[in-house]
Amino acid sequence: MKAFGGPVLFLDRSDINTDEIIPAKYLTEITKADLKPYILEDLKLSGFDPKSEKTASARVIVSRANFGCGSSREHAPWVFEVNGITAVIAESFARIFRQNMFNCGMAAIELSRESIDALFAYSAFSDTSIDVDVENQTLTIRGGGKEESLPFDVSPFDKALVLAGGWVDYADTKY
Amino acid sequence: MGKTTAEKIFASHLVDEPFAGTKVLRLDVVMCHEITTPIAIADLMARGKDRIFDPARIKAVIDHVTPSKDTKTATQAKILRDWARRHGVSDFFDVGANGVCHALFPEKGYIRPGYTVIMGDSHTCTHGAFGAFAAGVGTTDLEVGILKGVCAFREPKTIRINLNGSLPKGVYAKDVILFVIGQLGVNGATDRVMEFRGPVVDGMTMESRMTLCNMAIEAGGTSGICMPDMVTVEYLWPFIQNEYPSKDAALAAFNDWRSDDDATYERVLDFDVSNLEPIVTFGYKPDQVKPVSEIAGAPVDQVYLGSCTNGRLEDLRVAARILKGKVIAPTVRGILSPATPQIYKDAMAEGLIDIFMEAGFCVTNPTCGACLGMSNGVLADGEVCASTTNRNFMGRMGKGGMVHLMSPATSAATAIEGKIADPRKYL
Repeated sequence: MKAFGGPVLFLDRSDINTDEIIPAKYLTEITKADLKPYILEDLKLSGFDPKSEKTASARVIVSRANFGCGSSREHAPWVFEVNGITAVIAESFARIFRQNMFNCGMAAIELSRESIDALFAYSAFSDTSIDVDVENQTLTIRGGGKEESLPFDVSPFDKALVLAGGWVDYADTKY
Repeated sequence: MGKTTAEKIFASHLVDEPFAGTKVLRLDVVMCHEITTPIAIADLMARGKDRIFDPARIKAVIDHVTPSKDTKTATQAKILRDWARRHGVSDFFDVGANGVCHALFPEKGYIRPGYTVIMGDSHTCTHGAFGAFAAGVGTTDLEVGILKGVCAFREPKTIRINLNGSLPKGVYAKDVILFVIGQLGVNGATDRVMEFRGPVVDGMTMESRMTLCNMAIEAGGTSGICMPDMVTVEYLWPFIQNEYPSKDAALAAFNDWRSDDDATYERVLDFDVSNLEPIVTFGYKPDQVKPVSEIAGAPVDQVYLGSCTNGRLEDLRVAARILKGKVIAPTVRGILSPATPQIYKDAMAEGLIDIFMEAGFCVTNPTCGACLGMSNGVLADGEVCASTTNRNFMGRMGKGGMVHLMSPATSAATAIEGKIADPRKYL
């Protein structure tokens, strides 16, 4: 099972699409590792720089509604994975992106708007980090000397995919 | 209690329900293209499982960048081509026979009512026009589909969208779906099936129904679905005439897949389209729509006519009718990509290609290229494209470029004037 946790990249906008996460012109790469430099290259967001140290050190993304909408490209979860980001926490996800994350053994965690707002309150602190415990369905956020834990829902199937390391391994044993 | 089309397909294809709410379905068709399939092939090879579940149920095409533009795209094409040959996938379409997947595969008769279809492409929802459950998936789902012929889904609830009234002059399926997305929002149908019903859909060709279903994903929908009927039978008849004694017999069989009258829906939406205007997007999300009268006059640098949404013969006919005997504005580059070789040939035979070329259009081979900024019509920073495609995301057709989505008719009028224009005055 992958480890989920570390410094947080806050992306304060709804409807962040997979073209913004990884532009189509890079879909000609045929290894996941080659996608690494292009993470979030076309995302225009106040205060966000895809080439910053903050982006490079991030292990968790927190964002708003309908994250990962648009194209089905699994290159979006892959570009996160090769940059060390294995969990995205958002108010809601586009279906294909969400399933792609779990299919890769990574986590796409949905929280209520109130809980997402509570996480965004930590965006003011430079030392904010989140640990995601998929097995126990709890995440812990720490920053600015504060700490809170929040429970989350994950479907039993998606949880099984995370524990199995992804859908190929799961399906290959079962079907 | 009655069932929806989607519920009937889920019940008839169920292989396993490993957990409550998750259904693993048997797949009738797994479609593959050269952008999302090569990494699945590489992973299967790395796992020592370079196998496919059934060569007859796998369809493959090189369509996103074709003919290849550089070494990387040539390598992607080669990986798919070599794999299709290695495994005896006879329904494989390469240069000369290839076209945009969601136009080509229906044209070949591969999609039938009641089918389950996946592809590593979000616009796979197009094929629901045949009364199928068709969903875009990522590469991992595609990989498991290729290897095992199954895919897992959360069973989606269905939103029924009744399209009532009749389409006014100059208003087409594209305007209707842009309007519906504007009403639902870009995540208004996430994890839902969008079932298109009503007299307007009943009166539509299969091409128009595909345009409707094609953009279900732009509201977050898993699959668009239309009810199979005699229009479906007529479209598929060349491919099914040996399977049924008559068209009525085929219709009777197809009717089994229609939603029952007493089926339950999560939501039912009623729209009367009788007073709808041509619709154009104005921002960077497909739900940002306006009637053409409120955006007419906005200048464009390029007009693109093609794609899995609107590159079919009826789309070319509508645009050619407006362009006939006219020349596009000197400030505009017009690009037409007929979506398949058959459409291209039919358009030539009807004289449509002459009309486009005499109007000043460049006619390219069938490809997805420009729609996602990969080839054959990429925008420069700051440029604006009037496009019959399906996504207006910032930079979608080229970094820094903007896209206005619209119907083929509106794009043709726009090409003539060099700025967004109402097609109704040309009809």
